[in-house]
Amino acid sequence: MLAKRIIPCLDVRDGKVTKGVKFAGNADIGDPVAMARYYYEQGADELVFYDITASNERRAIMLEVVSNVAREIFIPFSVGGGLRTLADMRAVLLAGAEKVSIDSGAVRNPRIIAEGARAFGSQCIVLSMQVRKTAVRPGLESGYEVVIDGGRVFTGRDALEWAREGVSLGAGEIVINSIDRDGTKAGYDLEITRLISEAVPVPIVASGGAGAPEHLREAFTAGAADAAIVASIVHYGEYPIPELKRYLKSAGIEVRDAIAL
Amino acid sequence: MIAIVDYRAGNLTSVRRALEFLGHRCEITDDADKIRAARRVILPGVGAAGATMENLRALGLVEVLRRDVAAADKPFLGICIGIQVLLDRSEEDSAACLGVIAGHVTRYPGSIDGRPLKVPQIGWNRVRQTRAHPIFTGVPDNTHFYFVNSYFPVPDDPKVAIAESDYGVNFVAAVASGKVVATQFHLEKSGAAGLKLLDNFCRLEF
Repeated sequence: MLAKRIIPCLDVRDGKVTKGVKFAGNADIGDPVAMARYYYEQGADELVFYDITASNERRAIMLEVVSNVAREIFIPFSVGGGLRTLADMRAVLLAGAEKVSIDSGAVRNPRIIAEGARAFGSQCIVLSMQVRKTAVRPGLESGYEVVIDGGRVFTGRDALEWAREGVSLGAGEIVINSIDRDGTKAGYDLEITRLISEAVPVPIVASGGAGAPEHLREAFTAGAADAAIVASIVHYGEYPIPELKRYLKSAGIEVRDAIAL
Repeated sequence: MIAIVDYRAGNLTSVRRALEFLGHRCEITDDADKIRAARRVILPGVGAAGATMENLRALGLVEVLRRDVAAADKPFLGICIGIQVLLDRSEEDSAACLGVIAGHVTRYPGSIDGRPLKVPQIGWNRVRQTRAHPIFTGVPDNTHFYFVNSYFPVPDDPKVAIAESDYGVNFVAAVASGKVVATQFHLEKSGAAGLKLLDNFCRLEF
């Protein structure tokens, strides 16, 4: 049986993590390598980096971050943000990422999913989708709509249908990021997470809303998620990863015991 | 020097980075002479069995791996696709493989008792050490390792298995025969435990 994964998310702008962390000496400078190392040593099962750099030099800066992280961190990590072409993906993978995460770019050009899967294998291609709850209406039968561009643009596309299409095109994993819950600390959107998890044959990652250890337990049980992305719940030292894992273990959920050797 | 066999697949550099982090000298190479001269050989990577064998064949490395590495008793480590191509054949692409270890490679079932099984397996799974082997020195039994696989090896001789795991079915997660060792899980992505196994391999005196 696979362990449920806890995945800290780091937003990187101009080569620095945008949110400082208030707990771990060295990691407090927003240096992505130091923060990645900290979470690695704490027992994170995977990491995700989102490049939110707006400048034209974004690619070079991010690739340097990726390659520095890859020299010191020996767990899988994915990189997303602004990846639009096969060449963008290849560069990130060659720099040392295990997976690429595509989001708005895939909605605009779904073929990129198939091209990426063919070139690098489905296991490399993570389809990240931002969703919001909406009224059920024709074309939006699941009651969830796909949104893009940081939650600003509503696409009118049904989230469940987009997940199915993404998997049929070759996505090997799906991240469901609820923009209603993002930053609320009110818990993940369990309804859409379970709906998609039961509908597609690839791992599902819950994202957006984690504020307490129970929220992770719910994501893995009621939400049927295989992994959960965490941000502020760990960044501010409120719940260190070992504590989250102890809680989940006591709730009967299989987690990885990170060992120091 | 440790040779990492370059057969044009992804994920070769992550093994190199892990070896460099551990302080071992290594080189990614497709040069038969360098592979013959290396003290140890690693065949890592993600990929499909058919394409991997085609590339090894096109590079002239099939006989090098069979004769000059496996049969010559040179320490060899296969990782992920590197364990699968050691067997006689794989269901994936109906590929004829290296035949260093007798047996075949099969796919996880799509469902177990009517419940769908997500394939590929992607994530951390517990590995039970079924036979003592020095590659495991310092690593507790039942440690989690990182897997990404749709297929797994089925050796004819169960005694070559040194570890197993469960994903819908019970499967062989690592094999050893002479100086050939191979794991289905990714040592280079399995945190401290994976690094420890890699380091053990690099230091093994068989």
